[in-house]
Amino acid sequence: MFKSTTIPTVFNNVKNNVEKTVVGNIAASLVLPILGFMLFLSIWSMVAKNIDTSLGQFPGPTQVWEQAITLVDEHYAQQQKAEAFYQRQEERNAARVAKDPTYVPKIRGFTGAPTFFEQIWTSLYTVMVGFLIASVIAVPVGIICGLSKSAYAAINPLIQLFKPVSPLAWLPLVTMVVSAAYVSDDPMFSKSFVTSAFTVSLCCLWPTLINTAVGVSSIDKDLVNVSRVLRLNAVTHIIKIVLPSSIPMIFTGLRLSLGIGWMVLIAAEMLAQNPGLGKFVWDEFQNGSSESLARIMVAVLTIGLIGFVLDRLMLLLQKQVSWDKNAVTR
Amino acid sequence: MSRKHHLELTQVGIDFPTPKGPFNALTDVNLKISEGEFISLIGHSGCGKSTVLNIVAGLHQATTGGVILDGAEVNEPGPERAVVFQNHSLLPWLSVYKNVELAVKQTRNGRNKKEIKDWVEHNLALVHMTHAKDKLPSEISGGMKQRVGIARALSMEPKVLLMDEPFGALDALTRAHLQDSLMEIHSELGNTVIMITHDVDEAVLLSDRIVMMTNGPSATIGEILEVELNRPRNRIELADDNQYNHYRHEVLSFLYEKQRKVEPVSAHKNRKVAGKASPNSDAA
Repeated sequence: MFKSTTIPTVFNNVKNNVEKTVVGNIAASLVLPILGFMLFLSIWSMVAKNIDTSLGQFPGPTQVWEQAITLVDEHYAQQQKAEAFYQRQEERNAARVAKDPTYVPKIRGFTGAPTFFEQIWTSLYTVMVGFLIASVIAVPVGIICGLSKSAYAAINPLIQLFKPVSPLAWLPLVTMVVSAAYVSDDPMFSKSFVTSAFTVSLCCLWPTLINTAVGVSSIDKDLVNVSRVLRLNAVTHIIKIVLPSSIPMIFTGLRLSLGIGWMVLIAAEMLAQNPGLGKFVWDEFQNGSSESLARIMVAVLTIGLIGFVLDRLMLLLQKQVSWDKNAVTR
Repeated sequence: MSRKHHLELTQVGIDFPTPKGPFNALTDVNLKISEGEFISLIGHSGCGKSTVLNIVAGLHQATTGGVILDGAEVNEPGPERAVVFQNHSLLPWLSVYKNVELAVKQTRNGRNKKEIKDWVEHNLALVHMTHAKDKLPSEISGGMKQRVGIARALSMEPKVLLMDEPFGALDALTRAHLQDSLMEIHSELGNTVIMITHDVDEAVLLSDRIVMMTNGPSATIGEILEVELNRPRNRIELADDNQYNHYRHEVLSFLYEKQRKVEPVSAHKNRKVAGKASPNSDAA
């Protein structure tokens, strides 16, 4: 009697423990983050009620959500306006050509203010261009620094000197150089775009450069010896040995760089007036309506979300490219 | 043995620069090796065996003396002196096939695409690794990796095969297996082989001559033992063979009587105790 009850009890305990750990895993992966988010929202709305600014009360989650919807509506409204504009223009041109067949119709672009989504696109485009320029420079220079101790010794002080410089310090210089050097009657890119992109490049060179150099210099010495025994020439050595073995470190650098680039971009756009998210924040701040703060908060959350998504995308890319599937976890 | 000497080490010595001045690792290493000979280098760790091998490979430059292979001085690494590294050193991002292929393509010897493929597969078959040719090095066992390492070295068609403790990291059974494979390959291809080992049985079983090194610094060749056992050699038959056991005894007595390594045991202990006792080391 005694025995028959203890065994199932033990069994049930084990079963319960197993269930508990499974539940625990789900809690850890889903419930806890949601709980944290809820807590954040409630603290936010409580604190927001108690902050009065000259632009009215600080926006709580509800107002921000409303503004997010407004921004989406504004985007669609603007799109309709643009469509209507082009349709009117086409009709007008058609009528004029019908009257006078020699008339060559002019197409004018829609000049309405960019919407929130167009600004997001501009920001993404700008940061990508800046990031690509930086990567194209940083990876090869990093490889050279990693391969040659002399090159590293020569370049390292410069890296250490320029790495901590804030984008805001670079920006005036970049602005002046761009307006002096980039002169064209029919510019392909606006000056504000070039300025922002270059500022981003200047700030996101360094993590990629340093990580590439470290990755390349820490290649397994035996692999280098294999390359020497095989008498691989410099180019083959870099393609077959150096690049594959330093890919994980290069990507760590690229991810850091993209993160920094995205942060820098918002500041750069504010000052360079590149029509992206940074300008959106600045314009709303200057506008100073009662909704401005809520709209800025929408931008803040969007910036955070996009930064997160960019990092995940880089991680995906790294998993695609890297041979060492275990090295990439976070 | 009427083979001519084709690899000669003459008065080889090397100094390594250290902050306290040059450190003399090797002096006066003289060795003449005939074509097809299997040489083992044995000695206590730190005696410069690997340095000798690296000098022959061209990975290190001798400070004095030099190495001559078939009448030409060795001064840089090259595929005619292929190296099998201790920890296999396969490129982890390439499959077994591609690892060997890289070596074959580099030393293509006038082969076309088809012949390259055949030669890679021939060498993989030689080490019995054809079944795993599309696997990555991380997906195969240590013994298999070392087989591929040997296939890669053999595929370069080296005049001399240099093996740096090739089986040191393997378990005893796998090691025995690979030693048998190596003997088979050596009798088939007749390459000259220089192998570093710590294992007395391995040295006696495989070698034509065992080169025993004295302890460093300024290490040199202490004794050379000719192993005159008939090939093919069988490890089980040899286990009871008087001649075989005599050779083992010779090597053991060299290592543990004549060149007994005086480990500073007490110093080692003291260092450990000091490390534990000092709380500052953790804080630092």
